[in-house]
Amino acid sequence: MEVNEIENGIVIDHIKAGTGLKALSYLGIDTRTDTVALIMNAQSSKHGRKDIIKIENLLDIDLASLGLLDCGATVNYIEGGELVKKVKLALPERVTDVIKCKNPRCVTSVEPAIQHVFLLVDPETEEYRCEYCDETVRF
Amino acid sequence: MGELENLKGRNLLEPGDFTVAEQKALFDLADKIADSPGAYQDTAKGRLLAALFFEPSTRTRLSFESAMLRLGGQAIGFSEAQSSSAAKGESIADTVRTVGCYADLTVIRHPKEGSCRVAAQASDVPVINAGDGGHHHPTQTLTDLMTIRREKGRLDRLRVGLCGDLKFGRTVHSLIKAMSAYDGTGFYLISPEELRVPSYVIRDIEAGNGSTYVETRSLGGAIDRLDILYMTRVQRERFFNEEDYIRLKDSYILDAMKMRPARADMIVMHPLPRVNEIAAEVDKDPRAVYFKQAKNGMYVRMALISALLGEAQE
Repeated sequence: MEVNEIENGIVIDHIKAGTGLKALSYLGIDTRTDTVALIMNAQSSKHGRKDIIKIENLLDIDLASLGLLDCGATVNYIEGGELVKKVKLALPERVTDVIKCKNPRCVTSVEPAIQHVFLLVDPETEEYRCEYCDETVRF
Repeated sequence: MGELENLKGRNLLEPGDFTVAEQKALFDLADKIADSPGAYQDTAKGRLLAALFFEPSTRTRLSFESAMLRLGGQAIGFSEAQSSSAAKGESIADTVRTVGCYADLTVIRHPKEGSCRVAAQASDVPVINAGDGGHHHPTQTLTDLMTIRREKGRLDRLRVGLCGDLKFGRTVHSLIKAMSAYDGTGFYLISPEELRVPSYVIRDIEAGNGSTYVETRSLGGAIDRLDILYMTRVQRERFFNEEDYIRLKDSYILDAMKMRPARADMIVMHPLPRVNEIAAEVDKDPRAVYFKQAKNGMYVRMALISALLGEAQE
């Protein structure tokens, strides 16, 4: 399958096959207005299959939450048709408003206008804790 | 700058907020206050403490108010959510931000875990956590540590048994976190299966200063090895299901017979109030120090208030 190369924008490569749609939602991309290509189950020499996202004319996106979903993905920044920067995603230290704390005793269950913040506890186990109640989760 | 001076304007939300050196400076001051309370009667003159208790409390609230009054300051506040604007739906952040306009220091107790952090984020004056649900209760921990230091003469290399509700017992979570910072603490975690300590508390032990732990269901099997036995109440208000509470509430009852194998210098502590987890006959045992704890609590809160207001002398 052919998708044209982009002149300016971002190419997120090596996304775990089948998770591309979820990755788009984590990125907060507005599919009504942004120019986006999602390629699913593309051939990959490393992993067999992979998903790829191409976003045109948009360089400023929040990659922290994408690291949660797939810390093996790479992000390529393209300007004037040239690769100008390549970033390997990592688990973010702090995650804001991606998921809600499920502890019914947590203050986030009652306090209005509060951010749901999770802090990385251990990169090995990929465990996070709620900043308020310490409840742990894996994303 | 001295350790106490360092504490000026700070919050106390959980035990790890103060270093071991800062805690030591506080306990030194609390000891001095206990020896001659009259010398500190004007320390907080003209200052105001706001005690916001969204959940019932006798001991902690009165202890804070007594501490402030004995320092020459004054206290305002409420003792249940129904008598505050929370009943009208006001957020914690708005309540605390408003109270900060009147008072020099805010003390908050709230049933939701992490409520004190919301308060601290909204407040321009120091915030003290007086209990946030089943999460933390750091001033009870200061009370406990001061009592251990006075009774045992040290805070390191102690074998500490914690017995009862270790899941929802916030005083337990805070004490474990604090004692893990001291050298070589050995924890015996004695609870029913359903009330074991949460995983984040176990992580505090593992990250501690050479701390170890054993989880057991048996009080009798551990009591002869302990320097300190910390009993807790199974708290009805933490259960969503009354049947679970009734099934678990009498899991451990300490009586004179069970005390027999304990060491002569072991101390029995309890954050109070107790229901029936310690039989009244144990009160006469010189190893029972839970009423001394309550008195120490007032002195250490006097030291804490002085330090956060920037009025403490080293």
